Amino acid sequence: MSVAENLSPEAFSEYLASQEKKSFLRFITCGSVDDGKSTLIGRLLFETKLIFEDQLAAVERDSRRHGTTGEDIDLALLVDGLEAERQQGITIDVAYRFFTTDKRKFIVADTPGHEQYTRNMATGASTADLAVLLIDARNGIQVQTKRHAFLVSLLGIRHVVLAVNKIDLVNFDEGRFEAIKRDFEAFARSFDFDTMAAVPISARFGDNVVAKSERTTWYNGPTLLEYLETIEVQSDLEDRPFRMPVQWVNRPNLDFRGFSGTISSGKIRPGDPVVVAGSGRDAVVSRIVTMDGDRDEASASEAVTIVLDREIDVSRGDILVPPSHRPEAADQFAAHIVWMAEAPLYPGRPYLLKIGTRTVTATVTEIKHRIDVNTFDHLAAKELGLNEVGFCNVSLSEDIAFDPYEANRDTGAFVLIDRLTNATVGAGMVWFALRRATNIHWQALDVSKDTRAAMKGQKPAVLWFTGLSGSGKSTIANLVEKRLNAQGRHTYILDGDNVRHGLNRDLGFTDADRVENIRRVAETAKLFVDAGLVVLVSFISPFRSERRMARDLVAEGEFLEVFIDTPIEVCRQRDPKGLYKKADSGQLKNFTGVDSPYEAPESAELRIDTTSGEPEENAEKIVAALKERGIID
Amino acid sequence: MAVDRGSHLKRLEDESIHIIREVAAEFRNPVMLYSIGKDSAVMLHLAMKAFYPSKPPFPLMHVDTTWKFREMIEFRDRKVKELGLDLIVHTNEEGVRDGVGPFSHGSSYHTQVMKTDALKQALTKYGFDAAFGGARRDEEKSRAKERVFSFRTANHGWDPKNQRPELWHLYNCRVAKGESIRVFPLSNWTELDIWQYIMLEGIEIVPLYYAKERPVVEQDGQLLMVDDDRFPLEGRTPEMKTVRFRTLGCYPLTGAVESPAATLEEIVAEMLIARTSERSGRLIDHDEAASMEKKKREGYF
Repeated sequence: MSVAENLSPEAFSEYLASQEKKSFLRFITCGSVDDGKSTLIGRLLFETKLIFEDQLAAVERDSRRHGTTGEDIDLALLVDGLEAERQQGITIDVAYRFFTTDKRKFIVADTPGHEQYTRNMATGASTADLAVLLIDARNGIQVQTKRHAFLVSLLGIRHVVLAVNKIDLVNFDEGRFEAIKRDFEAFARSFDFDTMAAVPISARFGDNVVAKSERTTWYNGPTLLEYLETIEVQSDLEDRPFRMPVQWVNRPNLDFRGFSGTISSGKIRPGDPVVVAGSGRDAVVSRIVTMDGDRDEASASEAVTIVLDREIDVSRGDILVPPSHRPEAADQFAAHIVWMAEAPLYPGRPYLLKIGTRTVTATVTEIKHRIDVNTFDHLAAKELGLNEVGFCNVSLSEDIAFDPYEANRDTGAFVLIDRLTNATVGAGMVWFALRRATNIHWQALDVSKDTRAAMKGQKPAVLWFTGLSGSGKSTIANLVEKRLNAQGRHTYILDGDNVRHGLNRDLGFTDADRVENIRRVAETAKLFVDAGLVVLVSFISPFRSERRMARDLVAEGEFLEVFIDTPIEVCRQRDPKGLYKKADSGQLKNFTGVDSPYEAPESAELRIDTTSGEPEENAEKIVAALKERGIID
Repeated sequence: MAVDRGSHLKRLEDESIHIIREVAAEFRNPVMLYSIGKDSAVMLHLAMKAFYPSKPPFPLMHVDTTWKFREMIEFRDRKVKELGLDLIVHTNEEGVRDGVGPFSHGSSYHTQVMKTDALKQALTKYGFDAAFGGARRDEEKSRAKERVFSFRTANHGWDPKNQRPELWHLYNCRVAKGESIRVFPLSNWTELDIWQYIMLEGIEIVPLYYAKERPVVEQDGQLLMVDDDRFPLEGRTPEMKTVRFRTLGCYPLTGAVESPAATLEEIVAEMLIARTSERSGRLIDHDEAASMEKKKREGYF
């Protein structure tokens, strides 16, 4: 930046103008532990002179406390931000850093190499155009290198630079460098990157990072920075079909109605016809509004407000597209999912899915296969754990419009959100739409739930009994059903053990199977409610998510959660089937309350404390509650 | 004048507008924290652009420690009136009652009570579920790792090890009752970007940023401006020096730099050859590099 020194005002203005027209590159660095990623970024920041003196002074102070390079300044300390990781000497989260040269502005995501932090790498890669893969020249290609190349490719990065670091520690050996380069090219060929390059560097001493090294005279290529400054990663987004997910309906007064959003791809001009993807409602763009005046054209990545020539129904979550190039619209698709939460992904469990500006409920109906990120093998899987990648079928609560991720990162990428904790638990990339949904239509029937229920003179409902094994669910449910029958009510009871003899005979007791167990029972209960019955479900149903799913399947007010609240010590004492004894002695695995969790309801409609009162009294309480709620009279 | 289409500043502007709109669309009760400084000026300008021709559909809030430069308060009130926006001013009344100030109680206690506690009070009082802040990732190391949408517990705490993954431009806006999200639309801007944008867009900033003769005294290696008679001079006479400020905050905690830069061009020129980063003017960061991370865990912005 010292260019700006000693310049005349005119020359300075010119300089500023050139700074303003710089291009932009976002890249990520990935490598294994100790490959020197943070040192490399520190080196780039240092050499591009954006490290100001007092930041350097602070680093010198900190180096004395935590440094690993002896007397030298440890450049990694410039980028290892959080206190905890400075103490451990490792990077544990994605850090974004900025530096500028006269040609380009760079945003670099520093991503960790530890196995358990794959999710952070996916995060860093999701907004990057290029990846710098770091390798320790002494170790060559490692398992992690393959994993990083795979994730980089999965996240859609088309440009890769292999930085062969610590070349000083192999005596600047050309043979070593060439061998690593060959190894890399051999396994990376299958990823079909648009560009690949390799540079021998020493991040610690600066060789070939910014300035050409005199110690690698055999290397004729550009330095790493030269390469980053000049590589063309220009995307062809502007030439692809127009897409604008509507973020916000702009309606300051009755005379103005605009649709604000960021253009994902393509171009738009006043006079262009557009349709709302999915509904197919059509209109013509009349204005492109910005605070700097109306525009006669806008293109990919610009945030604008579009006004249409007629009133059509458009709201947040819709996508404006050209009539000639419409995206897919379906309620099922196949996608790659990177799982990012401690609790595994279970097929059948509902999550929120946010894609573009739209949020819907989604379930993974099937994990087609899990991908071993080290060997790229396809493996069978019933669940996806933290940092695992799977290829899955996803089913949505409604039709949405989308593109394959390959065609458009904005309209083809989604995140999955846990409905209870609101945590972001997964990231997905749409591969293709599944057609089966479009061929199975809902058959409209003339006799409805209401008519069936009216004939029986009752209101249908689900009484969902949840509680530990031996808590008394089945005993009480049985007594409640007897009382209802005595009053002439039409009922059915779905009992955990009984259903596992038939419908759910194929399921075991892993968490994944428990989720599927409950999903099937919830769907069955829904059918019986549709038949006009009062359904009593007696299942341990240990997870809040699945009880919530069961609740959401039926109408508001039709679902009553009955928590049979018996302390585990009491259940263990009762042990009517001898199961606790088996579980405690290790003969029975995955037993709720022993080595499998039970998530107690937080807001059940009814809570029955079985330590006070006989089962008959408790059954009577439940019948009374049904009367109170108008389910029976 | 406006930024050039296709330039990196336009990319930053578009990204920030996207973030600001997303918050307005998804949160129930958002607020924009307005600190009156240059970053806030840019953030406010972007908010005006994001919703044009509508006004931003959320209020501004200023946490007033009662120790801000007088020129800041004048600027704030005039700007808000000009733009026709709603402004909430919140002060920690308990702190005022106890007479808390930087001279009598020291910078860290003053900042804790009048800024951090005051902010938490205000967020709780109004039940905001999202609050925009003008922080940038290039400011300081622990900021470099913070998300654009930074989740806070019901106690306004930040857990750096438990941040939500943030991919693409998909922001998870979901919070339970009492929880909130701090949103930083300027995350990817650098100080230079901010100045260039102010220059190109003609954004008005508080005159304190421009060099002018001001009464200052030297204290612990910093030049402090004597902005009112609460400054304990202890026999010293303020000197008139041509100074300006690189950041703005409480006047007893904000060091001035000697500089002749009286125009934006001169400021940018000076900044390009500067060898002292901007936060050195903020006394609160000096204790230790990790001090910002500690403050943030406790709820500081």
